Amino acid sequence: MEPASHVASIIAHSGGAIGVAWLMIAFPLIGAAALLLGGRASDKYGHLLGVLMAVASFVVAALAFFQVLGFQPGERRRGVPLYDFIPGIAKVGLLVDPLSISFCLLITFVGSLIHIYSIGYMSHDPARRRFFAYLNLFVAAMLLLVLADNYVGLFVGWEGVGLASYLLIGFWQHKPSAATAAKKAFIVNRVGDFGLLIGIFTIFATFHSLAFADVFSAAGGASSGTLTAIGLLLLVGACGKSAQLPLQSWLLDAMEGPTPVSALIHAATMVTAGVYLIVRSGPIFQGAEAAQLVVTIVGVATLLAGAIIGTAKDDIKKALAGSTMSQIGYMVLAAGIGPAGYAFAIAHLITHGFFKADLFLGAGSVMHGMNDEVNMRKYGGLRKVMPITFVTFLIGYLAIIGFPLLSGYFTKDGIIEVAMEHNAILGWLAVLGAGITGFYMSRLVFMTFFGARRWEPTAHPHESPAVMTWPLIILSIGALGLGAFLIIGNRFMTFLAPAVGAPEELPSFNPFTATGLVTLALVAIGVAFAWFRYGAAEVPAVAPRGSFLTTFARRDLYGDALNEALFMRPGQWLTRLAVFFDNRGIDGLVNGLAAFIGGSSGRMRRIQTGFVRSYALSIFVGAALLAGAWLVVGNL
Amino acid sequence: MTTHYLVLSALLFAIGGVGVLVRRNAIVVFMCVELMLNACNLAFVTFARQNGNLDGQVIAFFVMIVAAAEVVIGLAIIVTIFRTRRSASVDDASLLKH
Amino acid sequence: MGESITFWVLAVVSVAAALGLVFSRRAVYSALMLGVVMLSLAVLYAVQDAPFLAAVQIIVYTGAVMMLFLFVLMLVGVDSSDSLVETIRGQRFWAIVAGLGFAALLAFGIGNVVLTAPKGLTAATKAGNVPSLAELIFTRHVFAFEVTSALLITAALGAMVLAHRERTEAKPTQKDLSRQRFVAFGRTGKNPASLPGPGTYARHNAIDMPALLPDGTVSPLSVNRVLARHEAEEGTLPPEIAEVLRQDELDREAERHSTPTPAEEAASGPDTEPVDTEPIHGEPIHTEPSAEAGPGEEPADAEEALTPGRAGRPASEEDGK
Repeated sequence: MEPASHVASIIAHSGGAIGVAWLMIAFPLIGAAALLLGGRASDKYGHLLGVLMAVASFVVAALAFFQVLGFQPGERRRGVPLYDFIPGIAKVGLLVDPLSISFCLLITFVGSLIHIYSIGYMSHDPARRRFFAYLNLFVAAMLLLVLADNYVGLFVGWEGVGLASYLLIGFWQHKPSAATAAKKAFIVNRVGDFGLLIGIFTIFATFHSLAFADVFSAAGGASSGTLTAIGLLLLVGACGKSAQLPLQSWLLDAMEGPTPVSALIHAATMVTAGVYLIVRSGPIFQGAEAAQLVVTIVGVATLLAGAIIGTAKDDIKKALAGSTMSQIGYMVLAAGIGPAGYAFAIAHLITHGFFKADLFLGAGSVMHGMNDEVNMRKYGGLRKVMPITFVTFLIGYLAIIGFPLLSGYFTKDGIIEVAMEHNAILGWLAVLGAGITGFYMSRLVFMTFFGARRWEPTAHPHESPAVMTWPLIILSIGALGLGAFLIIGNRFMTFLAPAVGAPEELPSFNPFTATGLVTLALVAIGVAFAWFRYGAAEVPAVAPRGSFLTTFARRDLYGDALNEALFMRPGQWLTRLAVFFDNRGIDGLVNGLAAFIGGSSGRMRRIQTGFVRSYALSIFVGAALLAGAWLVVGNL
Repeated sequence: MTTHYLVLSALLFAIGGVGVLVRRNAIVVFMCVELMLNACNLAFVTFARQNGNLDGQVIAFFVMIVAAAEVVIGLAIIVTIFRTRRSASVDDASLLKH
Repeated sequence: MGESITFWVLAVVSVAAALGLVFSRRAVYSALMLGVVMLSLAVLYAVQDAPFLAAVQIIVYTGAVMMLFLFVLMLVGVDSSDSLVETIRGQRFWAIVAGLGFAALLAFGIGNVVLTAPKGLTAATKAGNVPSLAELIFTRHVFAFEVTSALLITAALGAMVLAHRERTEAKPTQKDLSRQRFVAFGRTGKNPASLPGPGTYARHNAIDMPALLPDGTVSPLSVNRVLARHEAEEGTLPPEIAEVLRQDELDREAERHSTPTPAEEAASGPDTEPVDTEPIHGEPIHTEPSAEAGPGEEPADAEEALTPGRAGRPASEEDGK
């Protein structure tokens, strides 16, 4: 498959909403700056300003989207040059094409809803203004990431997203666990960023340019080895940002942030940056079979790992985080397959953005009503007291497990089909993942909304205010129908084709393939098992010890233990060694020298008796010696 | 003959030097310094005759002037120190040390 | 030939005098020895065709500088003589070694130089020694000459500045002094009245005769210590005064044992005469313990105890003013 032929060339553009695409980034950036610099004076209207900026950004994105739709498919890639940053090397410019505009719509739309939701969720927090500033900063960074037309801009946005996520995860920095989680996210992301950075260096060394247009047009001419190296390095970056194995450990801890943060960063947008990077760098990966294989393996491994972790968590947000990992794994798997998978990856990314935001915000709504309790064993029977939350959550749940005709059904099954065609082993593993998804998501729903009420005596659950329920409703509508809208008739694939290419033969949607039926059956088994375990049966208030497998899953597949054993302990030994060397070796040398000089000075200073006659004597002896030396030399 | 004068000058100079080193009374130390200056003057005068040049004598003259000035100031300092410390011993002013 | 004799005589004299200067214990003797050296050198200058310098040497050095030395010596205490015990370890040994080495080196160096016969100054001093010198000083060396004049003025000013003492408080009036006396009386019981003059109630009106108390005994306050010391040396001390002094000494001994004060403890070394506090003049003289002062060293006999501290006296006078 020759990808480059499918990708349309970029047309320089200035005019309309696309011409001012930079406003999308500028609005939230201005909002963040105003809120951060405005200080307490802006406390009163800070959240409104934040929402306004996010919505303004969405309006620009929507206008640009319709403008893109107005062009012929071959002319839908529009470059917006801004200025020469480093002449000849780095031009700052934006690229508005179907891929980036899809992301922009997702980010700004879901982002705006989350902003609105946060007004209610954070209403009691004294630092709400700062929270909105960080949210705006995050949206701006994410938009820069997807809109940049070169790797430098992408990297700047990439780092901005990392910074904003650090600030937001550690938003309640008075909690040590939140501060630790923020640091962990930042450090693990640094590992990935390092890979990305080296990848970008390699790209520049190979292609002498960092603009997407130059790199991808030249990618066909580069050697397979170079492309593999670049691809693997980019994959490291993607793993860091998208919480893929082996850099997944930060995502579960990142749930320490406020729930809207989890929804925004860890479900809808930030973790999708890795998928975006892989899809955007498609021409590179398509030239490197080995890198693609690694991408798919990483995707499958992560989707299974996330699903397994999700089955064992009692913390509602951590269970959802496991599910996020798993779903991103699906996207990475699809992105690793090539043009056949790109459309499904992005489509799943978009629908996932909706239903996962829906689920997270629903979970936040539950927590809001339950005094911030996150342990699902203390929920139960909430469907009566939180009807709107329950219904929207249920839609999100059905969407994610792939209930027929809902969003996840179309996009996830699409990925499974493509994977099955690409490689049967990967396909079956993906099917297995879908079954596990059915189990753990059902477990979550049953424990939360069904069964006996296991609440704490102090809990008085109540439905959340309208400002929080309306975003849920809108998101659940997206979760309901968006999948069908995108997939049926290959609408989305056709739309994306100018940006990422498309398979020569467009797949036709067939609801009754063998794979689809097996998947549905497996999901049904998972749901039934969950009902048997958690819906019909009594849920113990304290988690039973469980088997080895349970412990394995509860402890995040020993990911932290592995990191600790592989990196932390040796690192500590290394630092201890360095400290030892520093104390005994370098300090010893320096201190020894100082002690030697000090000691000898202590003895030498005895010469300074203070008696002027002693000094005169030394002068006189010196004069005598000089006279003697002069005589000797003169007589030589 | 010149050699004898010079040796005498050297002897007087060395004796003066030893005196400076072994005496503790500041006034006596000062006298020894004067002795050294005189020894130098003798050498100057001797060389003036040796070389048939009056410059040596002129220098000796200047040395005397400087010595006079030095004695005035030195003795004033000694008197001042004595007034505060009640001692003319150079060893008593030994605070500037380790 | 005549020059040789002069040289050898004066060389021996001057070296001996120089050694005497260095090794005599009393500063006055040192000063006199220095005078001898200077005079010898003056003669040697004259012998070496430098009559003007010889005159200057005598006038300036032996006349002015020596007098200045003696004057300061008198001011500081003419009797004070140095201990020749060395206190800095190795100082004397190394000083002598260095001095001998230096002298030997210089002599060796000079002896090695092959000198022609002296040219003599007859050619250079055709117009006479003084006019020739004057010509040189006021022509070639005129700048140095002017600078030395500045130097001399500076030195004179400096000496004045150093010797001058700024009065920081008003001079005490008769009233102040009287009040001080009575305050002292109230505090220590010191007699506020003036001391009895010698000769009061005496049979002779003379300074060496002590005042008699109404019971006919000698008043210890009126005994002139200086004269008593001389008389004790001459053996003409009247027995009643000797008795008083002995009693005095015993009292003081008792007092010292009861309340030893540092000032009293601070006896000078064996060479220096002990410095006494002078109760008559009011303030005790603060004396620095000299380096060689032996602890617990006390005057053995009454005679030494009589000796008034020469070093202390001018100080107490200055303090009083």
